[in-house]
Amino acid sequence: MNHSISLTVNGARRDFVLDDPRVTLLDLLRERLHLTGTKKGCDRGQCGACTILVDGKRINSCLALAISHDGADILTIEGVARGDQLHPVQAAFIAHDGFQCGFCTPGQIMSAIGMMREAQAGNDPERIRECMSGNLCRCGAYAGIVDAVLEAQAGADETNQRRSA
Amino acid sequence: MPELNLTSAPAHLRHGSSIGQPLTRRDGVLKVKGEATYAADNHPPGMLFAVIAVASIAHGRVTSLDVAAAKRHPGVVDVMTPDHKPQLAIDPEIKTNPFVFRMEVLQGNEVRYANQPIAVVIAETLEAATEGAVLLAPRYETLPALVGLDAGKSYVPPVVGVGNPSENHHGDVAAGLASADKQIDATYETPAQYHNAMEPHAIVAHWNDDHLQIDMPTQGLMLSLARVAELFGIAHDKIHIRSPFLGGGFGSKGLMAGPPVLGIMAAKLVGRPVKLVLRREQMYGPVGHRAPTRQRLRIGADAEGRLTALDHHARTVSSTFDDFYEPAADASHTLYAAPAIRTSHDAVRVNTGTPLFMRAPGEATGSIALESAIDEMAWACGMDPLAFRLKNYAEVEPITGKPFSSKALRACYDQGAARFGWAKRSLRPRQMRDDAGLLVGWGMGTATFPALMFQAEARAAIRRDGTGAMEIGAHDMGQGAWTALAQIAADAVGLDIDSVNFKAGTSDLPDAGIAGGSAHTATAGAAIHSAGAAVIAKLADLATNDERSPLFGAGNTGVIARDGRLIRRDDDSRSESYSEILARAGVAEVEARGTGAPNPAAMEEYAMHAHGAVFAEVKVDPELGQIRVTRMVGAFAAGRIVNPHLVKSQLFGGMIWGMSFALHEEAITDRRSGRIMNANLGEYHIPVNADVPPLDVITVEEHDPHVNALGIKGVGEIGITGSAGAVANAVWHATGVRVRRFPIRIEELLTQR
Amino acid sequence: MKQFAYVRPATVTEAVAAAAQPGAVYLAAGTNLLDLMKGNISRPDRLVDVTHLDGLDRIERLADGSLRVGALVSNADLAYDAEFAKAYPAVAEALLSGASAQLRNAATVGGNLLQRTRCAYFYDTASRCNKRESGSGCDARDGENRTHAVLGWSDRCIATHPSDFCVPLVALDAIVEIEGKNGRREIALDELHRLPGNAPERESALEPGDLIVAVRLPPAARGFAAHARYLKVRERTSYAFAIVSAAAALRIENGKIADARLALGGVAAKPWRARAAEDVLKGVAPTADAFQEAAWRALTDAKPSGDNAYKIELARRIVMRALTLAAAGTPARIPALPASPFASTSGAIHA
Repeated sequence: MNHSISLTVNGARRDFVLDDPRVTLLDLLRERLHLTGTKKGCDRGQCGACTILVDGKRINSCLALAISHDGADILTIEGVARGDQLHPVQAAFIAHDGFQCGFCTPGQIMSAIGMMREAQAGNDPERIRECMSGNLCRCGAYAGIVDAVLEAQAGADETNQRRSA
Repeated sequence: MPELNLTSAPAHLRHGSSIGQPLTRRDGVLKVKGEATYAADNHPPGMLFAVIAVASIAHGRVTSLDVAAAKRHPGVVDVMTPDHKPQLAIDPEIKTNPFVFRMEVLQGNEVRYANQPIAVVIAETLEAATEGAVLLAPRYETLPALVGLDAGKSYVPPVVGVGNPSENHHGDVAAGLASADKQIDATYETPAQYHNAMEPHAIVAHWNDDHLQIDMPTQGLMLSLARVAELFGIAHDKIHIRSPFLGGGFGSKGLMAGPPVLGIMAAKLVGRPVKLVLRREQMYGPVGHRAPTRQRLRIGADAEGRLTALDHHARTVSSTFDDFYEPAADASHTLYAAPAIRTSHDAVRVNTGTPLFMRAPGEATGSIALESAIDEMAWACGMDPLAFRLKNYAEVEPITGKPFSSKALRACYDQGAARFGWAKRSLRPRQMRDDAGLLVGWGMGTATFPALMFQAEARAAIRRDGTGAMEIGAHDMGQGAWTALAQIAADAVGLDIDSVNFKAGTSDLPDAGIAGGSAHTATAGAAIHSAGAAVIAKLADLATNDERSPLFGAGNTGVIARDGRLIRRDDDSRSESYSEILARAGVAEVEARGTGAPNPAAMEEYAMHAHGAVFAEVKVDPELGQIRVTRMVGAFAAGRIVNPHLVKSQLFGGMIWGMSFALHEEAITDRRSGRIMNANLGEYHIPVNADVPPLDVITVEEHDPHVNALGIKGVGEIGITGSAGAVANAVWHATGVRVRRFPIRIEELLTQR
Repeated sequence: MKQFAYVRPATVTEAVAAAAQPGAVYLAAGTNLLDLMKGNISRPDRLVDVTHLDGLDRIERLADGSLRVGALVSNADLAYDAEFAKAYPAVAEALLSGASAQLRNAATVGGNLLQRTRCAYFYDTASRCNKRESGSGCDARDGENRTHAVLGWSDRCIATHPSDFCVPLVALDAIVEIEGKNGRREIALDELHRLPGNAPERESALEPGDLIVAVRLPPAARGFAAHARYLKVRERTSYAFAIVSAAAALRIENGKIADARLALGGVAAKPWRARAAEDVLKGVAPTADAFQEAAWRALTDAKPSGDNAYKIELARRIVMRALTLAAAGTPARIPALPASPFASTSGAIHA
């Protein structure tokens, strides 16, 4: 049975006919929309490589059926930069070498962006470590990841202060 | 593949040469934007999805597969089985060279280990292929599985690791032990570990008539190409492999394994491009792992704490059908100046996928046992662990008596200990607490890894527009080849890094050797260096033989290349740009090749190793036994550091692997079935962000004129060694409980309150 | 994953009717169900997607002082609800100690209650498992079972319930509101999960079609806000299931324990309420001796089901610690490492 669904992906509305309700958001993005920035590391919600934002919240796209997210607003790594201008989190990941092989990186960055929106960790390294623990990195770039998030958070705090001033 | 759009003019400091500069990754922008193309990101038109079905038994044979049920599933195109598959040109059981491992590619119904591929379902969608593989519902004739380090009769393997003798000795160990004032005799166990690169093994295979296009992560483009060529009976130039990025390798993507071969076979069977990606649980079998070990160390020391003998025996396993032996005991060859050393190995065969190199193969497993035993010996002698190690500092390589090509280990000990604050450590265990009441322990370990070189070739060119090119089939699995090798290339051709078109990651480029053994930067770098020198020599020939050049008569050795110009060595004012030289000569470009290779004479004369010292602090809940590493300092001497920014990351990564070895990683095999019960990332624990404390790395200055032309020793693996033992020793120091089975488990620390 | 029919009911009544049919299951966030389906542990014919139903995503304070949490409220939204965290701090801490931020953002209250065991033999479809396939046997019994149950297990099944959330909930007498074929009913959370006995495949008191629509915390549950903690021992600092966990909640009046609540996680097929331990605490001063006594009482009936005798001693120690932490008072803010023994480790070191 075919199911019609519509999603907003990186700001653009996309309408699909899904021929199979088994398709996850991750496989929809990667194999049908060819948005391959989002990675599949485990396909079971155990590594975080597939992290995307759905309606502003970070989730594991491997454990989300596309059909159940009809109407959702999705942000993937491809939608984070504005052209050549990197998102501050992206820039900070480069500056602090928050990755090596880069495979977990899109998930780490989406998770970091989601975490900053959640506003629970602030600039406390220990809370950042805890709140980023859903993203495994086998190369062991965790120190750089935490430093990158701290820098991005500091930048965001500064912007907010300027706005409120 | 479109040209990689690597970052140019990155925002990093820069003065003088490229080598030694902390450049940020040139592939950084691609990676943070999700634009770096890994194998599974490719979608050639008409592509189908292939999913492997794997055996759920560890030993026996498949008696039936319900192919019809799989084919009835909508979207399933074909099912590849031993009875329905393209023929290979040679039997994959034949070992055509020592780097060929046997693989399971549907040549029969025999099952040799759990998770062995037994069929491949090919479908229009991933969902259909995945379910098709389930619908095969295999039936088996099951035979008893061989499991564990005591599975059968042990034997002495002919070699361990890559061609190392399985036994080595120097001096009289029995006499050394007999004469000792203090002795320890301790047995340590390490579990099976799986590489678990974040990127699962993947292939997109595409046959165009007799030409084969492959996207596949590989640490060894040419070895893979040669293996594919012989298996499919096609010429090397009919195969093109692209591997611009690996999502981690750690040894598991070094040699061709069965699953990617199945992907190529599937593409051939259906006549369309095929993508085959391993599921995470399928990575626990056909793509290698670190074998478990049981290691017995007997050590003697005299009344002053000088070692009198060191006897290190390792039991390990290999598969029932092939040979790879974790060379764990070899870790005792180089570090401590015992007058008598014996290392030996034996093995049993078990129903497992063949073990393989995994980041610091042998060195990591051996190191945690050796460093634990040395710590135990220091305690037995009543000595500080650092003082004990310094007392037994090896001025020459103990097992061979050769001098070291360079060895700045003493500086590593000094600088690491100072940064850590080691001097304040209590000698006795279980003496330190934090103000939350948690037990605090400090431990250390010595790190070492051989400075290896393989064979590589590079091609360099200087172009009339003043730019350069450097081509080498090198591999970036995260260590930073796109950046570090380009830095070496820039210096080699005397150009700014952004003026050199650096190409890597495909099989049509010169052979860079394997990205393994921590030798890739050294080996590929040496080839690049030599290709650069050769192309500059050609350019210099053009200039110095041309009367119209300001360099006329300077001779080849009389010029240096810098900033796109050749400059008279004795007179800075006389120089000419590359463009001018080539324009006048009327040639579009000059090109040359260079090679990198080990130097047999230097190897004969010197022992060549990188060294380091790692210091770790752990906290342990005194009642609950949960452990957390709270601080680590590593000081490493690894020759010349090409890019300190990336080297620090590599060493951090290694240190985290060391921590993981001591505290987390373990594949749990059901002792009856031989199945791995935690073949996932939820219960096979690797450290998460919250496990990793602030880390500190010191790279100690070390100049080595012997290892290779660039003086590079490699940093990919050494970080694990030393670190694993340091964490284990810190747990002992915190608790007073010596755990000799790794990873250390909570229950082992509950014995005492 | 088996092919299934996808149904998106418009109302709870429609949902119940659709899910009452054989082979149907509810889909909420799917963080556990999809994992099980991908592993072929669960192969439903029909998924009844309840995520679009109205009215199940609210947190409401009721007139009698109860709190009603809709079944579709996400774990994260609940834990980060400031008023909720203040009133039921141990519940919030337990929620935040479970899984990862991504999973907590998706996973729902109702789904968490019904998550399945992490027993490796349940997950490994080639193994015998009475829970997965009634009567097939239990390969965990003589297998790799160092993390298995020490309370309430039977020879048929030694699996544990993996939820963190349920542990403080059961301690606080949470009530589960269920919509079924015969309308609305409610049961105590303690009655929701069943011990294995002879029928480990029957994991809960739910009947076909039953839909958990809310969890309610009774008025008395607020009384423990000042002294409530959740503590969880695990093999990674984060993103790991409990080896053993405990929720402890005390109401301390005039230096005496007026009321005590204690439950254990990771020890049985259900969140384990330790009423005998609570009883010894009532009316006594919150002292180490009292907590020690409670710890012994809590584990009186414990016995190893395999290589897991250590879990009994560990559970005693966790009870002791959780009670001690609860008595010391709920921290103003949930620690950086929720429920971790390392919640506060920045302190200076001394010999």
